[in-house]
Amino acid sequence: MPQEFRLILKNIDQPGYTNDIECYLRHGGYEALKQAIVLKPKALPDGKIQTGPEQIRDEVKASGLRGRGGAGFSAGLKWSFVDRRSGKPIYLICNADESEPGTFKDRQILHKDPHQLIEGMVISCYANDVKLAYIYVRGEFPDAARILKKALADARAQGFLGKNILGSGYDLEIFIHRGAGAYICGEETGLIESLEGKRAYPRIKPPYFPAILGLYMCPTIVNNVETLCHVRHIITLGAAKYAQLGTPNNTGTRIVSLSGHVKRPGYYEIEVGKVSLGQLINGANFGGGLRDGRSLKAIIPGGSSSKVFRAGEKFKLKRKGADGQMVTVDVDLLDLPYDFDSLQAAGSMSGSSAVIVLDDSTDIVKALANLSEFYAHESCGQCTPCREGSLWMSKALHRMTHGGARKQDADYLIKTATNIQGRTICAFGEACAWPVISFINKFREEFEAKGEADEAKSGTSH
Amino acid sequence: MSEPTEFSSASKPTANPLAHDAHFVVSAELEAEASELISHYPEKRSAVLMLLHEVQERFGYISQEAVAWIVAKLEMQPIHVLELVTFYPMFRQQPAGQFQVKICRTLSCALGGAYELHHHFCSRLGLDDQAHGIQTSKDGKFSVEFVECLASCGTAPVVMVNEDFREGVTTQQADEMMAQCRKTKG
Repeated sequence: MPQEFRLILKNIDQPGYTNDIECYLRHGGYEALKQAIVLKPKALPDGKIQTGPEQIRDEVKASGLRGRGGAGFSAGLKWSFVDRRSGKPIYLICNADESEPGTFKDRQILHKDPHQLIEGMVISCYANDVKLAYIYVRGEFPDAARILKKALADARAQGFLGKNILGSGYDLEIFIHRGAGAYICGEETGLIESLEGKRAYPRIKPPYFPAILGLYMCPTIVNNVETLCHVRHIITLGAAKYAQLGTPNNTGTRIVSLSGHVKRPGYYEIEVGKVSLGQLINGANFGGGLRDGRSLKAIIPGGSSSKVFRAGEKFKLKRKGADGQMVTVDVDLLDLPYDFDSLQAAGSMSGSSAVIVLDDSTDIVKALANLSEFYAHESCGQCTPCREGSLWMSKALHRMTHGGARKQDADYLIKTATNIQGRTICAFGEACAWPVISFINKFREEFEAKGEADEAKSGTSH
Repeated sequence: MSEPTEFSSASKPTANPLAHDAHFVVSAELEAEASELISHYPEKRSAVLMLLHEVQERFGYISQEAVAWIVAKLEMQPIHVLELVTFYPMFRQQPAGQFQVKICRTLSCALGGAYELHHHFCSRLGLDDQAHGIQTSKDGKFSVEFVECLASCGTAPVVMVNEDFREGVTTQQADEMMAQCRKTKG
């Protein structure tokens, strides 16, 4: 039976483990930083000399670490895009704006093990020649902001932060910046605008790639909380050993947030791809199955923006056969390995690794109406298709769940959603369109039945 | 003389949505905190969200006077502060109740009974559970509002009472919470 694999969560929730620096140090804290900061320049086979920071960047790339925030993009590659020749300062921002519905993993790290994040951040900043960094904490985490503020002060007092860190001559400051309740601040360019003291209107790419034109138009790295924590473990384990965790191209571990209709909702850390969706939901040491007497209806596999799966779906996935040739195999929904690539191949995504389980008691139209209300509320309003479309969809779904459904609503919603996706500055357009498109495509009969029932009741037909 | 048209200067200007606060006085402590926060950024303007938080924590909402103070402190245009207060949902433009009850309404909490919980708070406090936005009880003790995902979906439904975070809240716990709050002097 697959088990949890606790790397990031190793100490979290253990009896006696607290979030103060003494406890962290007793558990081997800041050893990875001590190791990283004294790395000596190394001669490569081709005669080039590689500095310590360059070696760390190489390790992170070789580890295969993919961003844990939502996009799953290679962290090492993201770092490699940073413009290091501009002469401008390089900034690093930790994205602690955890707000994708279904996700509650960063909350655990911020509240219960803040020094793990700070250590990962200091190493990442050192590797990228960053002198000033920020932790952008969502406004609804006032406790996390206070805990981090104290943790930063304690780290500073012990020489892990500030001037001349551990006698290396390297200076770094990290400050807390608080958001104020806007989901769009989780989008990295919106986050940067917000940090500059503006409305969080995402910037258009090109030209505003953060790695080149980020905070104050300087090269900027934005990484998720969990991603930065992994950097610490990559240093401790070494890239090669780290990459043995998980599965090829889906390395390391990942914290899955499991919520909805399961017996044991919660956060579970797994080796990426070593546990299936079904095991996450039904495993005795994971979700523990559905509530008694209930059956599975749908799974939202990677945060509310990911496309929904319907119970019983089967997928054709490409796998390497015994002879090394690629073969197409049939995979049941519940047998999908929980990783980046399998979920993408199945037409959805692992996103922020938030699994929301819906059982047969769920009114699927009502569930979509709930999500659409979220997106209508959170659209920043910059792009017309998203600002207007997200509200149209929410209004139509509100009407549908309040006795006024019409037969053509399903088509109307699909048409609206398809006119939003791909026509906006940031990925919010897709985030609000995908739930609508996937819910209707996979449960069309429920949307149409509602329309028929309501029209029959009111005696009208449009 | 012709009648003033909709766009003429004679038409009524849009009122500033922010309330006045006759009691807005900046303490030396707040001045010091503001200076510290400003020092964290290469550009002053970046400190604006942090200053708005500091003001709201002390005064309960963002008043016209507070905006004027921030504008002077950060050398910004008033519109650039006002547009943040209207954009970021956490900032209040009017005073709220002594205890602000924020109930998460997004999917996992909704599946876990958030709407029933919201209805319970509203009916106990004489508020309309269908009304949009924040509502304050007549005695000024409580404000109730639905908010979007509070990132604790595994312990649904979740509620924040001011800065206190509560998980897996039942209607019985809600009653206890309100009783506890009522004992606290306003």
